[in-house]
Amino acid sequence: MAAYILKRLISAIPVLFGITLIVFLIMAMIPGDPATAILGAYATPENVAKINKDLGLDAPLFQRYFIWLGNMLTGDFGRSFSLNRPVLDEILDRFSATLILAGISFVLCAIFGILAGVISAARQYGWADKAITFTVLIGISIPSFFLGMVMILVFAVRLRWFPVSGMYAIYGGGDLPDLLNHLVMPALALAAVATGVVARMSRSAMLEVLRQDYIRTARAKGVHERKVILGHALKSAMVTIIPVLGIQAGFVLSGAVYIEMVFQWPGIGRMLVDAILKRDILLVQGGVVFVAACYVLFNIIVDVAQSLLDPRIKS
Amino acid sequence: MIQFLKLLFRNRLAGLGAVVLTFILLLALLTPILPLPDPDITATGDRFMPPFSDGHLLGTDHLGRDLLSRLMWGTRLSLAVGAAAALIAAFIGSTIGIVAGFLSGRTDNVIMRLVDMLMAFPYILLALAIVAALGPGLINALIAVAAVNIPFFARNIRGVTVGLANKEFVDAARLSGMSNIQIILSEILPNVLPVIVIAMSTTVGWMILETAGLSFLGLGSQPPQADLGSMLGEARAALITSPHTSIVPGIMIFLIVMSINLLGDGVRDAIDPRLKSGALSRPLPATIVERKETPPVASDDLLALQDLRTEFHVGDRTYKAVGGVSLKVNKGECLGIIGESGSGKSVTALSVMGLVASPPGKIVGGAVSFQGNDLVGASYDELRALRGDRVAYIFQDPLSTLHPLYKVGDQLIEAMQAHRRMPQKEARARAIELLDSVRIPNAARRVDNYPHEMSGGMRQRVSIAMALANEPDVIIADEPTTALDVTVQAQILSLLDDLRRERDLAIVFITHDFGVVAQLCDRVAVMYAGRIVEEGPTAAILDDPQHPYTKRLMACVPELGGGKRELHAIAGLPPAVDRLPQGCAFAPRCEFAQDVCRQGEIKLEPNGDRAVRCLFPDKVSQTEVTS
Amino acid sequence: MNALEVKNLTKTFEVGKTLFTKGQGVKAVRGMSFDVRDGETLGIVGESGCGKSTLARMLVGLLPPSEGDIQIEGKVQDKANPREFGQMIQYVFQDPISSLNPRKTIRQIIETPLKRLHGMGKAERSKRISEIFASVNLREEFLDRYPHEFSGGQAQRIGIARALAAAARILILDEPVSALDVSVQAQVLNLLAELKKEFGLTYLFISHDLAVVEAVSDRVMVLYFGAIVEVGPADAIFKHAKHPYTKLLADSAPVVGRALEAPKQKADELPDPLNPPKGCPFAKRCIYATDICETTDPALIEMGEDHFAACHNPIKG
Repeated sequence: MAAYILKRLISAIPVLFGITLIVFLIMAMIPGDPATAILGAYATPENVAKINKDLGLDAPLFQRYFIWLGNMLTGDFGRSFSLNRPVLDEILDRFSATLILAGISFVLCAIFGILAGVISAARQYGWADKAITFTVLIGISIPSFFLGMVMILVFAVRLRWFPVSGMYAIYGGGDLPDLLNHLVMPALALAAVATGVVARMSRSAMLEVLRQDYIRTARAKGVHERKVILGHALKSAMVTIIPVLGIQAGFVLSGAVYIEMVFQWPGIGRMLVDAILKRDILLVQGGVVFVAACYVLFNIIVDVAQSLLDPRIKS
Repeated sequence: MIQFLKLLFRNRLAGLGAVVLTFILLLALLTPILPLPDPDITATGDRFMPPFSDGHLLGTDHLGRDLLSRLMWGTRLSLAVGAAAALIAAFIGSTIGIVAGFLSGRTDNVIMRLVDMLMAFPYILLALAIVAALGPGLINALIAVAAVNIPFFARNIRGVTVGLANKEFVDAARLSGMSNIQIILSEILPNVLPVIVIAMSTTVGWMILETAGLSFLGLGSQPPQADLGSMLGEARAALITSPHTSIVPGIMIFLIVMSINLLGDGVRDAIDPRLKSGALSRPLPATIVERKETPPVASDDLLALQDLRTEFHVGDRTYKAVGGVSLKVNKGECLGIIGESGSGKSVTALSVMGLVASPPGKIVGGAVSFQGNDLVGASYDELRALRGDRVAYIFQDPLSTLHPLYKVGDQLIEAMQAHRRMPQKEARARAIELLDSVRIPNAARRVDNYPHEMSGGMRQRVSIAMALANEPDVIIADEPTTALDVTVQAQILSLLDDLRRERDLAIVFITHDFGVVAQLCDRVAVMYAGRIVEEGPTAAILDDPQHPYTKRLMACVPELGGGKRELHAIAGLPPAVDRLPQGCAFAPRCEFAQDVCRQGEIKLEPNGDRAVRCLFPDKVSQTEVTS
Repeated sequence: MNALEVKNLTKTFEVGKTLFTKGQGVKAVRGMSFDVRDGETLGIVGESGCGKSTLARMLVGLLPPSEGDIQIEGKVQDKANPREFGQMIQYVFQDPISSLNPRKTIRQIIETPLKRLHGMGKAERSKRISEIFASVNLREEFLDRYPHEFSGGQAQRIGIARALAAAARILILDEPVSALDVSVQAQVLNLLAELKKEFGLTYLFISHDLAVVEAVSDRVMVLYFGAIVEVGPADAIFKHAKHPYTKLLADSAPVVGRALEAPKQKADELPDPLNPPKGCPFAKRCIYATDICETTDPALIEMGEDHFAACHNPIKG
């Protein structure tokens, strides 16, 4: 087991390098030069040259890449000119907010998605299946940002159950109940699509597995149907569902960008959008690389979970 | 094509999706010629007019622009951009996928590493990075969304292509002199195309959402131009005071994506041929029973099938897989059922314990009497209590019939604990004992193996051990050696034979091999087109077959030691069981057939301890097989 | 003249290769040498893992050999090129349905070798297709249908028709009837026999069914663990087997009138291909094995008229 984890970790290294390279190359495609973008109307040739030198932009492309990479490895992500603070500090602050939101949403989508999928498959063509299928269809068709807005109108403005936006109340907030109170709507809005996708995939994975010969064998042994579904079938279906969960984690992280905008959640997605609009390249680069790296590590966990489930993987 | 549309519209939801989407598409196409005000003309005096205002059916937005007009133009733009992104992503991604999958080897490796790298990003990060580099704008958002979806298509299509590239028809094309490019274009592409269409129809909605999302963030379409996402984004500031400005574009996005998803699911189901046969249904815990007439009185035999009839209902067709089969087996007896594929021998065996996949299978008549009780009418709980306990099964391919994720020992233990309480330790000891009794060497070690760690022969021994776990009265073995090599088959057969003699078991043995029947079975029943055509003691039937099918079937199987020779083939094909001819099903292939053979019901006529379903058994018996 | 001559043919697959480490070589075919005489049917039998499919794919140029020579009708083939091989040697596949592209009509399928290998014009092609279809007993109205409309037996006739269209004189028949029902098997086997007579073909007939192989072959070659263990006349090889493995095979086949008893052997597993034994690969299972069998892999030597076996302790008689 330990050997497998180590192997997976080592194989992640080239992927991480690749990620930094891709991000760097995309950013290098920016037309014009960033200094002009930073300085805007105040650009003079001297100022431009000075900024370029400060940012190390006068060096050749690959040299710049390795300088940037080397700095990042030592924890120096550079300095954001628009916020005037170290990029890494800003990322860490913002990412923790995103992690809370996306983490809760991911757990919700995994639990309810699989549950709905299993019930749906076990009761194929029954009323429960139809109800779930219909709900799921709505869930995956509604844009999460629109769902968030509707929720604000209904639950915050009309019913006044939850606060309209933000992560903590401005006055007297800051404790856990306050956080949870603010978290309910964005977390549900964010989880909706992913739950729908997981439910669909789980349903089809279960239906596929239930047709396998070994399910007939289990039934022929006299194993109770409940155990056939929740034991034999679900265990096999998880082999298909776990990678879907891995992909959905990426979608939850992505959807968080919209939800953070709608609910004014101080997460990394909003930071990135602001940084793009302000052309704060170092902040964009650093943020993208940081989140992507976390996602790669998360996928290693997914793979390890998969190998624990399926003994055929390691051999 | 017509058949495709028929299938599509049989799915009512897909039909609904198609209607809604067509309506929206028509509106989008007609937008330029409709009498709408200019969507970009601002009139600050008329800000936030509510819906149904004079001259503004849906009201106006924060700059006093007509919402209906903006909605129509925005829909037009969003649809165009989403569809364009889907086409670009599908084209580039599929091309990469086909090339990588077909060439395999190093090219494939390098391309797929790159694709994996791109998939290591949560998709929006990549999209954001691309937009950041190219600058905000609708075309750039389109490029970003297309680029982000390329890896998805590439990986999907590559998987399908790898499967196809290893197909025998591709080898055949190579041997027919085709070059790689010709093979890709004429062998691979036509087979990949439906998959691309499915992938597109299920992702185009998603891509419309994604482009709208980028516009919503202010990174897509730029003012004053409206697409649905930017309309929502601009309306957000006035969400609480003038919710209609948000709700109008929001509902439109929802309707578009929902109708595309409904339609996409319909297209997928209509293209996927598995759905046509109804095979996508999950089998219920026990076969559905729909007996119209009262079942026969139970028999005294250990296990008796009485006029059993099992059918498959697929669409408007009825396949009479088992058309009235009566058989019995008693303690210590081995009954063989022999027949070709489609003869109904396996379905007969599975019907006994209600294991026929249902839907589409149904038991429509007759009875299965076990120790005097009718199993066909039994409840699920009664049936479950007998399955594996009194009547156990051994199936054909041990790799697919053992659960791949459980250790073989745990599967054995489960078989026991499904029927009686047993402490784990005792159950494990018994599992080892069972493995030992089917002559698996090192049973104590093997008990912790997974099925994939064993050879085919060993796995089939595990299946046998599992069948023996509760010391059943009857074992039903459905072609248990067909998937095995001949040297392994010999061992499994002799093991089964020893076990039944030691334990006085009743065995029902299904096979297509006369040699196996001859060596193992006391009695044999020959099946053709869902019915028994001849039945009796094995030796008697092999010596003197009285049904022309039995006789010809035996003659066309070569036997070892006969030297080089010409074989006696049976002309024609077995009939399809959804279109059985009148009278004898074998008549069209039979040299003895007369007009009487082709009309009315021909009975299985008993004659001493054997029975034959033929009007001219004596003639058959006396004629040598020639030609 | 020999239709086919094979010398020291070897195929090594690399397994467990990663970006950084070289894989381990696994020999699927271990130095086979044999001839196929003009106009004969050479049967090839062996169980799963014996290398028969790998051998067949090399013989038609679909897989490049790692070592060794293939000579077809006197011409040495030094590059695996199915296009070049295809005019001399053709393949009939085990699974008749999956060997036909589901999205092409039968006419398109049969036309391809005429067009690509022989560059025939349209009129000439259509005449030739009619002739071929007549010789495999199929009606011409089938030509414009798609593969899924055919039964296994008919599809296999179409597969044979395609092989004939290439006008090759040698056919490799890879388990051509094992996917078919027994009542249809005989039809296809008889058709193959007629075609052979009519066109003067040479067959390599691969099967796991000893009785079928015996019924159609002139000589039979027995493979075990990637090597030839015995080759001899069809009417003698099973009756008077020299190699203990051939005998084990013959004794295992279910035969009407023979008592059910598994033939004696010491173990029943194939050797591990990743860790092949030094001596005879069958030694672990062999009841006649002696010390030399553990250390030296026996060579194929003549032990009777036209009868060769690779065994240190051949069965007498």
